[in-house]
Amino acid sequence: MKLKSRDILALEEMPREDMELILDTASSMKEIIYRPIKKVPTLRGKTVVTLFYEASTRTRTSFELAAKYMSADTVSIATATSSVQKGETLKDTARTLRVMGSDCVIMRHPVSGSCHFLARVLDIPVINGGDGMHEHPTQGLLDMFTMREKKGRLEGLRVAIIGDIYHSRVARSNIWGLKKMGASVVVCGPATLLPPEIEKMGVEATTRVEEAVKDADVVMVLRLQLERQQRGLFPSAREYSRLWGITRERLNLAKPDALLMHPGPMNRGIEIASEVADSPQSTIEDQVTNGVAVRMAILYLLLGGGEEK
Amino acid sequence: MKLRGKPEPLLIRGGRVIDPAQGIDAEMDVLLADGVVSQLGHGLEADGARVFEARGLWVVPGLIDMHVHLREPGEEWKEDIASGTRAAAAGGFTTVVAMANTRPPVDDASMVNSILARAAEKAVVHVLPVGAVTRGLEGKELAEMGDMAEAGAVAFSDDGHPIADAEVMRCALEYGCVFGKPIIDHCQEPSLTRDAVMHLGYWSTVLGLRGMPAAAEEIMVARDIMLARLTGGRVHIAHASTRGTVDLLRGARAEGLPVTAEVTPTHLCLTDRLVHDTWYDTNTKVNPPLRAAEDVEALRRALAEGVIEAIATDHAPHHLDDKDVEYNYAAFGISALETAVPLLLTELVHPGLIAPGTLIERLTAGPARILGLGAGSLPVGRQPAAGSAPVVAGCRRVGAGSLRVGGCADVTVIDPGLERTVDPERFYSKGRNTPLGGRKLRGWPVLTVVAGHVVMRDGEVLA
Repeated sequence: MKLKSRDILALEEMPREDMELILDTASSMKEIIYRPIKKVPTLRGKTVVTLFYEASTRTRTSFELAAKYMSADTVSIATATSSVQKGETLKDTARTLRVMGSDCVIMRHPVSGSCHFLARVLDIPVINGGDGMHEHPTQGLLDMFTMREKKGRLEGLRVAIIGDIYHSRVARSNIWGLKKMGASVVVCGPATLLPPEIEKMGVEATTRVEEAVKDADVVMVLRLQLERQQRGLFPSAREYSRLWGITRERLNLAKPDALLMHPGPMNRGIEIASEVADSPQSTIEDQVTNGVAVRMAILYLLLGGGEEK
Repeated sequence: MKLRGKPEPLLIRGGRVIDPAQGIDAEMDVLLADGVVSQLGHGLEADGARVFEARGLWVVPGLIDMHVHLREPGEEWKEDIASGTRAAAAGGFTTVVAMANTRPPVDDASMVNSILARAAEKAVVHVLPVGAVTRGLEGKELAEMGDMAEAGAVAFSDDGHPIADAEVMRCALEYGCVFGKPIIDHCQEPSLTRDAVMHLGYWSTVLGLRGMPAAAEEIMVARDIMLARLTGGRVHIAHASTRGTVDLLRGARAEGLPVTAEVTPTHLCLTDRLVHDTWYDTNTKVNPPLRAAEDVEALRRALAEGVIEAIATDHAPHHLDDKDVEYNYAAFGISALETAVPLLLTELVHPGLIAPGTLIERLTAGPARILGLGAGSLPVGRQPAAGSAPVVAGCRRVGAGSLRVGGCADVTVIDPGLERTVDPERFYSKGRNTPLGGRKLRGWPVLTVVAGHVVMRDGEVLA
């Protein structure tokens, strides 16, 4: 089986068969992570570059571990100490990496669309590790993987995404992915953090958290970026927490076996209460493990591991 | 203007002459001699003149583009007066109005003189300079509008920057009134468009790009209309782009206020969806941004009804380096002179949305009226530069958007059926920044005549 996609840029444009193939492949990859010796030779001789123009702990580490578990070599470019500081353009940086022989570039960038730009410049696979406010496709896939693993299906699930939808690439990737897999999605947050006409993406939108959470199979809480307060998009973290924070009482409105998800890092006591973050309903740590499995699957499928005779 | 000497007489024979200013739309001959339109009629004798057979073609007054950025002085790697006016000639324009946001900006009489002197030396079409409204385009103190008007500025504008301070705009309108020139405002409330790169709507939501609400434009259009009412000054709205702006203009017009507007071919023909469908092609990044389909619809109607009286390209050439970067970091603007006519014919005229006569009116008599280029309003105390042809120089005797006998021989011939694919690599403009590359368009200019000189034939610039 092969992916139709050459790059992993956006779940909006990824065919459903590709998503299913990645999720199925990730199931078998996950087993490797629990082995005492976590190393298979699948990608030996391949070089994977992570190029991160924004801070990241879990995404970068997750990709690097995924590559290493499959014996690929990894190089990480921290833009703070690279030629980017000397004014090198993204295009030139990318070409430099290419001519050094890398086989795949994973990029995180603060500007939406940058990964599409990079993919036009490069003839090797590009994986979007988060581009601005646009998409974070591997996060969307690992979230779907987690839901499917816990619920046995995606079709027919009701997923509530709560928080700063406007600036969230995680929300966008989840919306496109979940819609394609037959789930229904409701998004919720203060009106200033809901982007215009989001309903046209096929979701319900509401500012009332109780309404969003009611009867949900999954409650996904997004990180509140506190710098948004500086721009006046909401008056205080205190009020946000009171009106939109996910507490035990609010989570109880969802189905009894509802999952509680968060892409991390969390602001405990603001968008999510510790009682629920650390409860058995929480899948926050599963998401991290599953992230490695999903990224292994993607690297394997993209870098031709499947083609070996 | 670069064109020297006495042009050869030219008979443009058998074309469909469309001259809305004279109410003409008929098969006729046009004879040009000594730099002026010498005869207009049927069965004219060549009498030694060269003959251009125009059967099946449209013969129209030289097109006037009242909004271009020539980038000289200061950003000559993006465009200069020679390349920009050659692009104009290629696109069928015989007159361009050059915006003041050069480096340094055109904010005093010496800069106006400098633009006119450069144009006299290098331009292949008429160049009419705009003077800045405020010193340094800073939106604070008025520039010396009286001096600039005398030197030959045809309008005042801080284009590229909105005049954010209402008191400054009020003073500009009151003070500028006296000189009879419009104030062209780039309407955009800056606090609503900070860091924004496209239209705010569904597609900005999908793409995760910061959006400019239509209201940012409309708030300032509404303010300017109120200030026109207060002061009696003439306001011209640059590149109107939203349905709300159209409604406001309709109201102002009904009230008889001295408010006019222009719209670009880009905003008449493309929507914000293109940013998505090209996956963030930075050539779709323009200010004001490509708007929603309902806005495009309203603009087309306003153009047809005459609520918007002029089409102007807002030609904004940029170097590849300014565009070949991440979307947020790319410069705003589209190189539009060379695609305007075929885009308008393909999207508006051929599908029957706008009548040919209406389209030509908005590209000729409309802008001429707004700028006061009619008989007697020019020249403004300026003599032709030494050494140039006696017929035209700088802003003297510019064709006023009509083929009236005795007027400047500025003529454009368009082949409405000619089909060609847009190839930015073949632009005369240095700016290849167009989202139309590779698009097949039908209806291209085939002859551009400036003051009797043939400056473009079959797409090739001769001057």
